[in-house]
Amino acid sequence: MTAVSPIGISTAGAEALAQRRNRALAKFLANPSALFGTVLVLTFVVLAVFASWIAPYEPNKTNFLMLRKAPSAMHWLGTDEIGRDILSRLIHGGIASLYAGVVSVFIALFVGMPIGLVAGWFGGWLDALISRATDALLAVPFLILAIAFAAALGPSLTNAMIAIGLSQVPIFVRLTRGQVLAVKTEDFVEGARAVGVPNSLILLRHITPNIFAPLVVQATLTVATAIIAEASLSFLGLGQQPPAASWGSMLNTAKNYMDSAPWMSISPGIAIMLVVLGFNLLGDGLRDALDPREQ
Amino acid sequence: MWSLILRRLAVAVPTLFLVMVFVFILQRMLPGDPLLVMAGEERDPAVLETLRKLYGFDRPVPVQFFIWLREVASGNFGSSLRTGAPVTELIAQTLPVTIQLAVASLLIALAIGIPTGVLAAVKKGTWLDYVANAISLSGLSIPNFWLGIILILFVSVNLRWLPASGFVSVFDDPLEAFRTTIMPAFVLGSGLAATLMRHTRSAMLEVLRLDYVRTARAKGLLESKVILKHALRNALVPIVTLSTLLFGQLLAGAVLTEQVFTIPGFGKLIVDAVFNRDYGVVQGVVLCTAIAFILMNLVADVLYIVINPRLRTA
Repeated sequence: MTAVSPIGISTAGAEALAQRRNRALAKFLANPSALFGTVLVLTFVVLAVFASWIAPYEPNKTNFLMLRKAPSAMHWLGTDEIGRDILSRLIHGGIASLYAGVVSVFIALFVGMPIGLVAGWFGGWLDALISRATDALLAVPFLILAIAFAAALGPSLTNAMIAIGLSQVPIFVRLTRGQVLAVKTEDFVEGARAVGVPNSLILLRHITPNIFAPLVVQATLTVATAIIAEASLSFLGLGQQPPAASWGSMLNTAKNYMDSAPWMSISPGIAIMLVVLGFNLLGDGLRDALDPREQ
Repeated sequence: MWSLILRRLAVAVPTLFLVMVFVFILQRMLPGDPLLVMAGEERDPAVLETLRKLYGFDRPVPVQFFIWLREVASGNFGSSLRTGAPVTELIAQTLPVTIQLAVASLLIALAIGIPTGVLAAVKKGTWLDYVANAISLSGLSIPNFWLGIILILFVSVNLRWLPASGFVSVFDDPLEAFRTTIMPAFVLGSGLAATLMRHTRSAMLEVLRLDYVRTARAKGLLESKVILKHALRNALVPIVTLSTLLFGQLLAGAVLTEQVFTIPGFGKLIVDAVFNRDYGVVQGVVLCTAIAFILMNLVADVLYIVINPRLRTA
């Protein structure tokens, strides 16, 4: 007979879970594009964490003798309209982008997941109400919703993160709800219910661990979307405010100097593209590794 | 089939109602009193009081909501707090601009996305598949406003081939319209092409392994006929459901593209309204977008039922 722990997880089940995890890890490590994505993301994380040590200059330090200078040995990526070093601003700008990407996804996950759990588990009128509200929010294109929220909250990086996070909530509600519906009829959940485990404990200990994989995949892919959204809001002037560096706001300024300082437009876009590509590859790799059908 | 369509309609109505509740709440969340903007610099208390009564702001919030709902139902989406122009008029002015851009983008996206997706699926695992995937992943990773800036830099500033900004209607001067629209349309269409390519590829892969495709091949049909007439036709069915996703992507992309190319469209209307703190316009535009989106969803659902024989008989 299979041993059962007091909360209802059989030891055989735990072993199967561990085996599945090892298989997923092996599959992920054997996927070159997923590894490339991981390296890209880690590179940007390291650059952002150690920005103050790595950046050659102070990002906001102006130098009126070096206005709009082309790339040189002194300033590898050139200088901007008030003589600031573009490379240093690029490195520091990564902090805003990664921070915004990750925090907004956490907001979306921690608001969306509990709502989705409740909708999927309890069903009935509560599910109908939550589902219709989700549909209503999904009825407004993501960026327009984020712009509307950012307009309501006022332009700042924190508000942009909240706006992006709130705009992503319905995606996580819908995903969580769907996953709960798939898992709630499984034997181990029925078993836990039959022995009288309270709802909150079933949701926390039995449902959540079993639906976490698709949520992690979605979260990783959403970080990519959120980074582009933050750059877009900053580009429109609704995100990071000057003089603080952000890739989107750097591009917003750069578009006014395309004739005289074209180098200002190149590097921030490449940085956004690379980090977004990194998260997309990482997310795709995680999906391939964690998808039970692929195993 | 009709019961399915009616069921979809029944779901769309409460969704629409909730969108309205949501837009109303959003309007309440906005900082500052809109009446202060309307009252002008002096902010005369008597003028404020009159405005408050005129716009029904002195009534309880639920009553205000239902008054607003009645107005929206009769086609009044509010007016600009700055100019007093009705939102519907502003949308009517800017929407044709965005539609021209959107249609051109969609054509570009279809022309790139579907053939590339088919090619990647047919040549699965070859270098062609890898190249197509790499291009589509790049298309999804490049922010379209940056692509716009780079194209302006090379095509307009360096080569001086196309204008960097502006808009000409296709009905006024088709050639000049082509010159002003092609670059922003490419920028907006490239992201869509990437999405379309990915979906076409996976839909084709699903279809290509089905029995009837094998039968078609066994009958000795030309491979091109098998792919184009038998496989692609069926693979395109699930892509119809993408139309709402593409519509959303188009509208959101238009906001940024119009900003980069200074195109006076729907997207620029909302951004300018945000910066002018013209909340009446922001609210009206969000509501219009949501209604259009729900209708698009409904049309896509119905279309999916109509073109899918298995659902047609349900």
